[in-house]
This record gives sequence, C-alpha cells and structure tokens, in this order.
Amino acid sequence: MKRGVIIDHAILILGVLFLITPLWMAFASSTYTAQEIARDGMRFVLGDNFIGTWGDLLTGAGSMFTESEGKTGEVTAVSGLLMLKNSLILGLGFAIGKIAISMLAAYAIVYFRFPAGPFFFWIIFSSLLLPLEVRIIPSYEIVAGLGLVNSYTGLILPLIASATATFFFRQFYKQIPEEMIEAARLDNAGPIRFFIDILFPLSKTMIAAIFIIMFVVGWNQYLWPILMTTDKEFNTLLMGIKNIIYIMDDGKTPAYNQAFALAVLSVIPPVLIVVLFQSWFVKGLTESDK
Amino acid sequence: MKRNQFGHSPLPYLLIAPQLLIILIFFVWPAVQSVRLSFFLEDPWGLSRSFVGFDNYTSVLSNSQYHSTALFTLFFSAVVTVLALGVALLLAVKADGIIRGAKTYRVLLIWAYAVAPAVAGMIGLFLANQHIGPLFPLFNLLWDFDNKTDSADATFWLTLVCVWKQVSVNFVYFLAGLQGIPRSVREAAALDCQSGFRRFWTVTFPLLAPTGFFLMVINITYAFFDTFPIIDTLTRGRPGGSTFTLVYKVYKDGFLGADLGGSSAQSVILMVVVMLLTIVQFRFIERKIHY
Amino acid sequence: MSHLSLANIIKTYPNGFEAVRDVSVDIAKGEFTVFVGPSGCGKSTLLRMVAGLETVTQGTITLADRVINDLEPARRDIAMVFQNYALYPHMTVYKNLAYGLVNRGFPKAEIDRRVREAAEMLQITEYLDRKPQQLSGGQRQRVAMGRAIVREPEAFLFDEPLSNLDAKLRNHMRLEIKRLQRYLGTTAIYVTHDQVEAMTMADRIVVLNKGKVEQAGTPAEIYHDPASLFVAGFMGAPAMNMLEARFEDGHMILPGNIRVHALARPDRDEATLGLRPERITITRTPVNGTALPFQLDLVEELGAGRLLHGRVGETPVTVSTSGDGEVPADDLHAEFPAAAMHFFDKETGARL
Repeated sequence: MKRGVIIDHAILILGVLFLITPLWMAFASSTYTAQEIARDGMRFVLGDNFIGTWGDLLTGAGSMFTESEGKTGEVTAVSGLLMLKNSLILGLGFAIGKIAISMLAAYAIVYFRFPAGPFFFWIIFSSLLLPLEVRIIPSYEIVAGLGLVNSYTGLILPLIASATATFFFRQFYKQIPEEMIEAARLDNAGPIRFFIDILFPLSKTMIAAIFIIMFVVGWNQYLWPILMTTDKEFNTLLMGIKNIIYIMDDGKTPAYNQAFALAVLSVIPPVLIVVLFQSWFVKGLTESDK
Repeated sequence: MKRNQFGHSPLPYLLIAPQLLIILIFFVWPAVQSVRLSFFLEDPWGLSRSFVGFDNYTSVLSNSQYHSTALFTLFFSAVVTVLALGVALLLAVKADGIIRGAKTYRVLLIWAYAVAPAVAGMIGLFLANQHIGPLFPLFNLLWDFDNKTDSADATFWLTLVCVWKQVSVNFVYFLAGLQGIPRSVREAAALDCQSGFRRFWTVTFPLLAPTGFFLMVINITYAFFDTFPIIDTLTRGRPGGSTFTLVYKVYKDGFLGADLGGSSAQSVILMVVVMLLTIVQFRFIERKIHY
Repeated sequence: MSHLSLANIIKTYPNGFEAVRDVSVDIAKGEFTVFVGPSGCGKSTLLRMVAGLETVTQGTITLADRVINDLEPARRDIAMVFQNYALYPHMTVYKNLAYGLVNRGFPKAEIDRRVREAAEMLQITEYLDRKPQQLSGGQRQRVAMGRAIVREPEAFLFDEPLSNLDAKLRNHMRLEIKRLQRYLGTTAIYVTHDQVEAMTMADRIVVLNKGKVEQAGTPAEIYHDPASLFVAGFMGAPAMNMLEARFEDGHMILPGNIRVHALARPDRDEATLGLRPERITITRTPVNGTALPFQLDLVEELGAGRLLHGRVGETPVTVSTSGDGEVPADDLHAEFPAAAMHFFDKETGARL
C-alpha cells in the first residue's frame, strides 16, 4: 500500500518533469548571453544575464541574429513589446469576437423558430469541415481581394467564424430549463430583453470558460498571421519565432538567449490564464463536447 | 431546440447574420474555389488556366511522393495518438487515485495546454540541436542519433515533441472522465474486486471508453492538422521531405511550390478526410447525449 | 357567468398526437379549480394553453370576457407558478418578484409596494436580498408564489408546484396556497396528479383522462358520486374496491360463486360493483343474508385506523376500519350497504 503510493507519486513527478524541463531549460538559457549559449549549449541553472537578454528582447535593442560565416545578418529586430501587443490583440480580439458572434448565432438557433434556421445551422456546421489548411490559397486571395492583408481586421475577422464556440453555446442554452424562457415570457420579456436580462447573466461562467480557451487558441494562431501579414508592424510573438527559425535556415545563428526568452515570453500569458482560471478552463474544455 | 421559442420575426436573421456572412465569405467560398481549382491546371506564373478534369487527382494519387507522405501521416498520427493517450491516461489515473497533492499535480500537468505548438517546435529544435542541445549528445550515447539527416531520427523526435504538446489536453479530459465515475460505482467495485489493476481494466477502463474514443478522434485531428506549426518550426519536412504530413504538403506545394491545381486536389482529398473524422465524432457525441 | 372559460378546446401536435380532445370547462370568479389526472392526460397541456405557452389547435379560451387564444402570454393577465419554480438564479428574490412589473413599466414606488406586500404575506421579507440558491425548497416555493402574487393577475396557474417538496412541507404549503388564494380571491387553476392535493385544495375538481374530461364537480361529488370507473378508481386512497357482479332472480353473484341476496341492483344483469373501503363493515357473525364471507390476508396498521386486505370469493377487497379493538382473525363477514354500492358498465366504465 505504502509502496504503491510512492510509485504513484514517482510516476506523476516524472510526468511533471517531462512537461516542465524543456520550458525550464529555455528560461534558464535565456539568462545567459548569446555567446555563452552558442559555446556551451543550453543550461539548466540560471545565469546572470536575465536583465540583459530580456531587456534586449522587449525593446528590440539587441540584434536577434549574430553574424555567421562572414555574412552580415540583415537585422531589423522587432521589439518584443510590439510583438506582445500584437499577440494580445490577436488573442483578445479572437476570444471576444468569437464569443460575441457565436453567442448571438446560437441564440438564434436555439430560441427562435424560423424556416431557414436548420439550413443556416448546417452552413455554420460546415465550417468545422473546412480547416484553414485545406483552403489556404483561396482564403488568402479573398483577404487580399478585400484589401485586408496587413490589418487587424484581416487577421482576426476570418478566424472568429468557425463553429466551435457556437456549438458550445448551443449546447449550454439547451441545458437551460425550458421554464426560464416561459417565465420570462409571462414576465413580459421579449427576445432582446430575455437575452440581456436572463440569458447573458446565466451564461457568465460559460463565457469565462470559453474566453480562456479561445484566448489561448487565438494567441497561438500560427499559419494565418504568417499568411495575412507581411508588415513587421503586425508581427506576433509566434511570428517572431517563425522568423528566427526561417533565418536560421539561411545559415545564420540566432541570438539563442533572446530566442529562448521569446519562447518563454510567448508562453507566459496563455499559461498564466489557464493556471489562474483552471477550474473554468477545465469546465469549458470538458463540457463543450457534450 | 426549445419547445417554447420566440415567434417569427427578422431578429433571428440579424443575430445569425454576422457568423453566417463570415463563414460564407471566408470558409465556404474558398472551399468551393479549392474544389474548382482542383480541376484546372495553372501555369506557374498564374497567367493562364486550363480545365483538366480529374488529371490533378490522378497525378496526385499516382505520385509516389504523395504515397509516402500519406503513409507517413498515417503512421505518425497513429503513434502520436497512442502515445499521447497512453501517457495522459497513466498520469490521469495516478492523479485521480492520489490524495495528497492532487491539485498541485493537476496544475503542473495541464499548463502545457496553453503552450503554442510553434514554441514547442522551436524548443524541441534547440533541445536536439547538435551545437547547443543537451539531448543530442544524450541520444548519441544510446545510438547514432542524427535528426538532421536520418529520417527515422527526425520522425522520432518530431513525434516526441508532438506527444509532449498533446499530453495535457488528454490529461484534462481523462481526469474529468475519471472524476465523473460515480463514487458508488467505485465503492461497489472495491467491494467486488480486490486487485486494483483488475478493477481498473474491468470497471474504470470500460466506463472511460467514451472519453477515450472521443479523445482518439481529437488526437487524430490534432496529428493531422494542428501539428502544422510544430512541423514548420521543427523539420519543415526534412530530411528530404520524409516528415511531411498531408496537410503540410498542401501548404508546401500550393503556397511555396505554386502548384495550384495539385495542391487544390490535395486540399479536396483532405476535406473528405476531415468530413469522415467529423462524422465519426458527431455520431459518437449524439450517442453520448442519449445515454 | 364564468370568469375563465375553456370552450371545446382541442390540441393536436404536429406529429398527430391528440393531447386534448374537446375539453370544455367553466370556472367562476375566485374559484379554485384543480385539473387532476394521470401523466399524459392532457392537464398540463391544457394549463399551458391557458398560459399561452402552447398554441390552441381549436376552441376558445376566454378570461374576463376577453378571448385570449392568440394573445402573447404576457398580455393575458395571468401568472404562473412552475413545477421547478423557474426562478431567475442570478437575480435576488426582490428582483425576481419585481422583474415582471419592471417589464410592464410600473412605477418604482408601486413595484416596491407590491413586492414588500407580497413578501410580507409570504413571510419572505428577510430573504429579499438573497439569491434563489441560498433558499430552501419551501422558501423558493414561496418566492415563486410571490412572483405570481405581485402581478395581481386575473388568474393564477399552478403547474404541479408542490411536487419537488418533501411530504411534510407539501402538506403545509398545500394549506398555505389555499389560504392565500382564498384571501386574494383570485381565480386559480391548479394542475396535479396527486388526488389528495386535488381533494383537499379544490373548490372544483376536473378529472381528466386521455385528453377528455371524465368528470367535473366538487370534491365531495367526485368522491361520492364518481361518474365513471376511471374516476372511481383514480380518486380516493386506498382505491375503491371493484367486483364483477352478476344478478339473477334477486341475487347478486360474485366470482368464486358467492351468492347473496341483492340489496341493490342496476338495470342489467352484469356490472362492475364499486365500494369504498370505509363503507364496508366487517362483522364476526352474519346478521342477515347479505353478509359475504371475507378471507383476511393481511392487516395494515395505520395508527388512526386499520386496513384489512383480504378476499371476497376470488376478488381482493380492502376494508378500512377504525383502529380500536383486537385485530379480527377468522370467520369474518363483510357487509355491503346498499347506499354505498356504485355500479358501472363493464365495457364503457360509465356509471349506471
């Protein structure tokens, strides 16, 4: 019995280490200089260049790439703060936009009897069948045709329409007792008042839960921002990561310390929100599939 | 739908319009275009287009590179799914059974959900980098590890990083599933069966099967589509296109390689795959609702 | 003149199911009417049609001289108490009570007056700032009542409002609802499947079965003069005893070849004989030729009384007796008084 418990803990600790070690090493390595990492590799213990690395990253002061083999890296560092801002805009815009349109659409689907309803529902459903990866080029052409390349609208708007959150709210609304709307109708509440006075307040925890999930999903968008923005003004943290990788392909050596700092920076906000609001997050994740 | 609904008015149309419009413009229309383009051959400069019927499909489906990519995708998805589910199930069962520190373990095991796949890819890249990565020499102690030129090693490492990224999600679902098993059922099982191991396989595991099946679909979808950023940061198909998945190949051929028709044909084939996966998922969800 | 009238109401669902088939009920002002029947009898559908939550397929509903068939629920001047209370969980008790009035544009002072008055009446004043989750079942029930009361409507509709409460509280709330309704003098329809509730609360009972009215009348009428086998069997606990009887030259013959002198008889040779358990007398010595042999199987002690379960011939019969004296054992006889005998048609169940 006693031994079993120890083994259980050992397995869990191994699992935790498996997950945490890579990120810890990334962070530890970000507290050295680029030269130290290039010379001695990634580190496990903290160094003393934390302020130097992170200061350079956030301000964009230091070069992200060191010269190699005599080539002078074309270095136009985008400041970490700018990328942070763009990632925040993407994460927040995605989460809020998605919640707004899908709450309304789900409300229409669940609470109204209208002839085109089922048909519309299927169109919304179809978006689940069409991940971006299978329609990359035509999607790009449409955004380009609308003049939305290099704009927050082009970055966010097309992403918020997919049906995941709509299904989530639909499911939630269906669980609200029938009597709620009946009582509201007897209380002289029309559809708009019912939504504002009753449905919205009732959905608060669900909104929080889905906000957390959607913020993470939006923040972690990768392919779409790469395709839809070319201007550095719109770089997100993940695009920064992509830039490092792609420029490494050109034979340049990145400033490893900053690359690690960038990786850690891009992980902090979403991880923080998931950890701080974990009960909502878990609820949102596990109840959306019902 | 609610038994008691609001009557006929323009309001529902207004409510549903934003989502519907965006989906039509940015989802349905491009998808239709993909289907259309898959029947045309476009010259590399995009100047002229000619209708070629199913030629793009036949050339895609008879292409040996496409075959090996398809095989790789299947193999890769199967391994990622099995490993990510297995590790997560083990951890969830242990975390569920433990009394002290269960909450701490939970936090320490779910945070990785929030890590972007691209970040996982980059850290993975550096960890196994031959100049700075501590794992490169470590693996070399065990065998002749070289993820830059050896496709087996590259696949191994890519798979491991992809599993790393997916364990947290699976853990969350499995733990919720375990905690959803009624206490009375566990107590009855404890009275009926002494061996904890047997109890797990005869009682817990069958009750967890719906969650497991649901997660299997989720994980296959993940391996097919959501591993894109990991591949793009970690291997970009290297060495020699041996770590392409079908999805990555669509992007590579269409966006970077400018083979519009062939890429579109691949897109359409993928759409069919997604549809099958979604249908399976929804049939399952419907069944679950009924019970 | 009736205050609330349902005239030839029919409800057919799109799938063809006929939930209500030609029901007509007239309810006088201030009357407490109970719709009672087994589940699926159409009682709730009927109530929801009055509320406007279900459409009426055919027929006319009139309230205070207005045809309300096609009015929005909110315009019908009715208030409803739901089975699960349907309180708004995110609003305080005060706001729950006030919501319907706010939506109708009542002035603030008037709303406040009505809410406080209703709260006083229901003794929930101290809970006005709480949310529904912080209340007990009985308190929630009162809030649901309060929400109806503040509206000062033409009619109250109750949809099995007590079914979520435990037995003791149910008995208590039963009285309280009845008392409040008397005090306010508001016309009320109360739907329940519990015949005890129906008997104790109603001024008038409407017994429904398979979408039709079986009988409408005062509780006493329903109990003592059931119009059909269904009503006789549904109302009253323990249930009425039913025996298949045959009549032959002044004699009644029961299954098991029991033959007695017939004290009363219907106008035909075969019928179902119904007898309330408390109207049967058990004696040790047969007084006259009308006593039937009673084979006792089981005695149920109820404290205040006793139920004797046994058989007359082949038919199970339950007799309700006072609880004093020794439990009788064997060689018993049952007396069926002529006045207590009800005869029903064997096929149609109609009273003869």
